[in-house]
Amino acid sequence: MPIFRFILLMAVLLAVSTRAEPQLQIDITTSGGRQIPIAVMPLAGENTQPQAVSEVVAADLARTGLFRLVNTVGISPLPTEPSEVNFPDWTARTAEALVIGKIEPQSEGRVEVRFRLFDVAKQSQLASYSYVVAPAQLRATAHRIADLIYERLTGDKGAFSTKITYVVKRSGRYELQVADADGFNAQSVLASNEPIMSPSWSPDGSRLAYVSFDQKKPVVVVQNLAQGTTRVVANFRGNNSAPAWSPDGQYLLVALTKDGLTQIYRISASGGDAQRLTDSTGIDTQGVYSPDGQWIAFTSDRGGSPQVYRMPASGGPAERLTFEGTYNVGPRYSPDGKSMAYVSREGGRFRIALMDLATKQWQPLTEGGLDDSPSFAPNGKMILYEASVGGRGNLAAVSWDGRVRQRLTSAAGDVQDPAWGPMPTN
Amino acid sequence: MKNVALYLAIAVIAAGCASKETQTDTPVTDKSTGVSQPSRSASSSTTPAQQPSIAGNPLRDPSNILSKRSVFFDYDSNAVKDEYRGLVQAHSRYLGDKRDSKIRIEGNCDERGSREYNLALGQRRAESVKKMMNVLGVSDGRIETISFGEEKPMSPGHDEQAWSQNRRADIKYAGE
Repeated sequence: MPIFRFILLMAVLLAVSTRAEPQLQIDITTSGGRQIPIAVMPLAGENTQPQAVSEVVAADLARTGLFRLVNTVGISPLPTEPSEVNFPDWTARTAEALVIGKIEPQSEGRVEVRFRLFDVAKQSQLASYSYVVAPAQLRATAHRIADLIYERLTGDKGAFSTKITYVVKRSGRYELQVADADGFNAQSVLASNEPIMSPSWSPDGSRLAYVSFDQKKPVVVVQNLAQGTTRVVANFRGNNSAPAWSPDGQYLLVALTKDGLTQIYRISASGGDAQRLTDSTGIDTQGVYSPDGQWIAFTSDRGGSPQVYRMPASGGPAERLTFEGTYNVGPRYSPDGKSMAYVSREGGRFRIALMDLATKQWQPLTEGGLDDSPSFAPNGKMILYEASVGGRGNLAAVSWDGRVRQRLTSAAGDVQDPAWGPMPTN
Repeated sequence: MKNVALYLAIAVIAAGCASKETQTDTPVTDKSTGVSQPSRSASSSTTPAQQPSIAGNPLRDPSNILSKRSVFFDYDSNAVKDEYRGLVQAHSRYLGDKRDSKIRIEGNCDERGSREYNLALGQRRAESVKKMMNVLGVSDGRIETISFGEEKPMSPGHDEQAWSQNRRADIKYAGE
């Protein structure tokens, strides 16, 4: 039974990861689903600002499933300095961590945001930061604060300051949107009457590659997000699809049919000739580079049913990775390259599965239905994916261990093909 | 700027109460719009202006087999069934007569499965129709095979009735 062995393996991985020594002594083993009780106080002065920073911080932390928000009602006045914190209050409220802070006006319309993080049991300060920003930046600042708190308390990097992209389909119209990781600040970067598919972030987050049907057939386009410029990088005879960036951002893997059935090729990210990397008599598609650039994982039905394989990045002999079931497709490497998410069919249900590449042990992470397009958060902790229910596309996310699940619904229409962007570069 | 916020409906769903795969009849308003199928839309037209062109163009004459353009497939299959052999033969003969005609064969899938893999499967369906035409004497250079995967369903439903309509390859003539 692979699931049990997988859980054992996870216990080992967790033992290793806790050695990273988060500053607060909080045990985060998954058994029983331990959550860190944290109190996030309203920041003094935030009620006159366009964005209540503490609400964004609290929502970010709660969404991970790793934190429990402790009630902060009735604490008055708001503590803003360490000397103003009454720790027995927080011990009584079972908080193990406490966030306080303030927002004060500065010159030229800017504001200073100061926050402090405390270990309640030790009555000690774990972190203190201040930012001077424009009021319009308060939401982004809140995500940075949540990143710092998350990292201090769990030992892992936070991914709250990242972006996601996805396709919205409504009334026969398609929009490629980019939003904050919490779904706010959604912006349409492309709109079309023809389908848009398979958006893929460049490693530096500056460009998106995707499949456009504007030319009445699938072609691969790269769009520069800051400039809004687009360039068709693969428009060969037949289909052009499944773009995936090389870790250095120089190349794209694409699936082309110019020589018959779908095969995997490498092109420059600025277009040009295609170098063929696979040579099978079946379908080879959905190629993705491993984070170290050494491998390409891909889908192939060379063995009779679609399965996940990997080959050296320059092409060559492929090794089959999935063996159970008759449909395992669409691999995505975790950011550390140690595991792989993919779509697995069982009994007519399509679900997201995760394989540990060292042991080849795997487990389904979702209940399934029509799940598709898994995409790791850049800290590897959550996997964003498309979950269709009743024929309607929605986004959902599941933690790497399957324990925490999120569902993001949109009033806008079908939401599909999500991709989680990289860590911000600054 | 369209600001379509994604609402975090339920922040954390405990493991075990995930998606229920109930067959709701959520109205799908968008799936079929914008996908006009010239071969079908022409069949009911009786306006005088179009009469002569229908009469003159076997590709648009509803009584001519050449007006039929869709080859339908079984699930997980790219085999051209016997019932579509006549259709493929008729188009191959037509292409044999009209030496300057070129076609595009567009493969399609039902919605089940991975979007990108379905694109490859649709192309394989188009490719099997092309292979049959090759055998009947139509050269490779006159046929481009492409796929819409699951992106352009003929029927917007989510049951076998709809899916059987969506697993197909459509023959389109250049200029149509």
